[in-house]
Amino acid sequence: MPRSLSYRHALREAFDEELARDPMVVVMGEEVAQYNGAYKVTEGLWEKWGDKRIVDTPISEAGFIGMGIGASMLGVRPVMELMFWSFYTVAWDQIINNAGMVRYMSGGKIHCPIVIRGPANGGTGVGATHSHTPENIMASFPGMKVVCPSNAHDAKGLMKTAIRDNDPVMFMESTALYGELWDVPMNDELPGGELLIPMGVADVKRAGTDLTLIAHGRAVITCLKAAEMLKAEHQIDAEVLDLRTIRPLDEEAVLQSVAKTHRAIYVEEGKPFCGIGAQVAYLIQNKIFDELDAPVQRVCSLDAPAIYSPPLEKIQLPYPEVVVAKALSIC
Amino acid sequence: MATALAPVTLHADAPVNRKLTEEDKLALHRQMVRIRAFEQLSLQHYQGGKMAGFLHLYIGQESVAVGTISLLGENDHIITAYRDHGHALAVGMSMNECMAELFGKATGCSKGKGGSMHYFAPDKNYWGGHGIVAGQTPLGLGLAYGLKYKGIRGAALCYLGDGAVNQGAFHESLNLAALFDLPVIFVIENNGYSMGTSQHRSSAFKSCLAERASGYDIDWELFSGEDIYEVRARTQIAVERAHNESRPSVLEIATYRWEGHSVADANKLKYRTKEEVERHQQQHDPIQIWKRHLLAERVATEDELKQMDREAFKEAEEAAEFAKSSPFPEPESIFEDVYWEVDNRTESGRTGRHFFND
Ligand SMILES: Cc1ncc(C[n+]2csc(CCOP(=O)(O)OP(=O)(O)O)c2C)c(N)n1
Ligand SMILES: [Mg+2]
Repeated sequence: MPRSLSYRHALREAFDEELARDPMVVVMGEEVAQYNGAYKVTEGLWEKWGDKRIVDTPISEAGFIGMGIGASMLGVRPVMELMFWSFYTVAWDQIINNAGMVRYMSGGKIHCPIVIRGPANGGTGVGATHSHTPENIMASFPGMKVVCPSNAHDAKGLMKTAIRDNDPVMFMESTALYGELWDVPMNDELPGGELLIPMGVADVKRAGTDLTLIAHGRAVITCLKAAEMLKAEHQIDAEVLDLRTIRPLDEEAVLQSVAKTHRAIYVEEGKPFCGIGAQVAYLIQNKIFDELDAPVQRVCSLDAPAIYSPPLEKIQLPYPEVVVAKALSIC
Repeated sequence: MATALAPVTLHADAPVNRKLTEEDKLALHRQMVRIRAFEQLSLQHYQGGKMAGFLHLYIGQESVAVGTISLLGENDHIITAYRDHGHALAVGMSMNECMAELFGKATGCSKGKGGSMHYFAPDKNYWGGHGIVAGQTPLGLGLAYGLKYKGIRGAALCYLGDGAVNQGAFHESLNLAALFDLPVIFVIENNGYSMGTSQHRSSAFKSCLAERASGYDIDWELFSGEDIYEVRARTQIAVERAHNESRPSVLEIATYRWEGHSVADANKLKYRTKEEVERHQQQHDPIQIWKRHLLAERVATEDELKQMDREAFKEAEEAAEFAKSSPFPEPESIFEDVYWEVDNRTESGRTGRHFFND
């Protein structure tokens, strides 16, 4: 019987299972242990696993993220929490130059099996400094992997995979999703006895024939709502394709879907300039130009720093009605 | 009874305190009770769903901002972190603009764009309001650099928390401050906790956090922030050092926040005891301590001070009304205040594409 699990709880299960499987896994970050996590993602883990495996750090992102990267070179498998992904800027050099490039510059002698994770979303009234969505920025560096799950099931399966991966994985969650529930199977219901989702494999979240809405993270939920509205109000049958991982990117899934529907819109909560949608739009026109019945469209966050004012913040991010309007403009 | 409660007056005799008039002393009190009233009202409206995001309250720490800022002149500058409402009111920002900002209104000090953590008033030498822990410390250093570069005799007061001292940017700032002889005063408002982490679980140190400054050959001091006389007496030394010698200081001021880290802090009575909070509220309330000075010195009567409380509360309530009745910013304003050149319609602002919505 499927059970309902919140996004945060699903992540916690992933940590718990990986902590049990591999003694090299250590969970680290500000307030992750005794406080149970600023967003309660790591709740109960410190009590269960103790000081060695679940580690509270001072507010020193450059220092402790760099420490995790260094330890990963020696085979420790740190799962590092940024309380907000927005604070990556403090640890920028460590993440990009060290985690991202040491394998290449050492001619493959060193690698960094590290996961850097935390919420990366706007929409919660915390202002521009706390509302960054850096998936496009991180994905622009070869050497990085970027994962943005849209639901509890994918979050758990991808987190377990990310922890086992031997490259640095930037894992981006959403505070807006932490409390939402999804069906997540129990391990004994699964053929392999556990939930593992490979990176680089997109997922059709809703099958459709008239148009493909492509997205990642919470924007997938927005697309699913828009798809329902398109069906109910305009008899348009949209397919919703969830990329799940940004790099590696499942190009085949994108091309297959758009070759079927002949229309595509990329929806994302990031800014438009050099966004994920720009990359995907390039891909589509480059590989299946002749299949397109309309130019590829994008719906992004409005192109300004995140505004605080709650009603404006709401319209700065993509919402179902703008996706519907965009769809109608090409259908 | 009155004598038993009479405060120690050592610091009251410091020159900078002896020159305070009765009106000055009342003004210090008014500032503190205004801050407390503002914070209480903002908490009430946060809980009433009028605001989004975080709300970091300054209740319990009022004497630090009010005492230190009361020493400053027209060429002295201030910058702080996200717990910024107290400093804002102390520099003279109005309750209206501060409250309206929390409500996300166009009449807010940042036009509803910054929210609680991002108040600014450069016209009052107040440079924010910064959300990234310790992100303001190099900026404080830069204000001092700017003063020195322009040949202005002034100081930059840069506030940070006890958790912020562990950011690399702060340490780099200390080295630069000493190396370049900059008139910056780092004020560590040590309220004992960074979120749910006690000072001893976040920082390694010998005697105190400020002592780290000695490694950079910077003068430092540790003192209690509960008595404005002491805050003023000790901070004045650093202000004079900045003004007269263009040398930095690090002051660690012991204080206490009564509320949670932010209003969303679900564990505020888990990482510290109820008794600890109550002890500070009952024995170390900076407003009560200042009030005892005022009564002992016969600067004011109980009734006059009560009246001041009422006025502060009324002002805060009116600010909330102002905020409520103010309009939200227009959607077009999302794209204003991004580029100076675009807003000012200069040649540069009109050349090439600046925004990428479709
Ligand atoms: C770079 C960065 N890391 C983490 C945070 C989240 N955060 C905000 S305040 C805070 C605690 C800071 O404590 P302290 O410096 O003692 O200041 P206080 O809140 O006590 O005034 C943390 C961890 C942040 N805003 N920025
Ligand atoms: Mg603190």
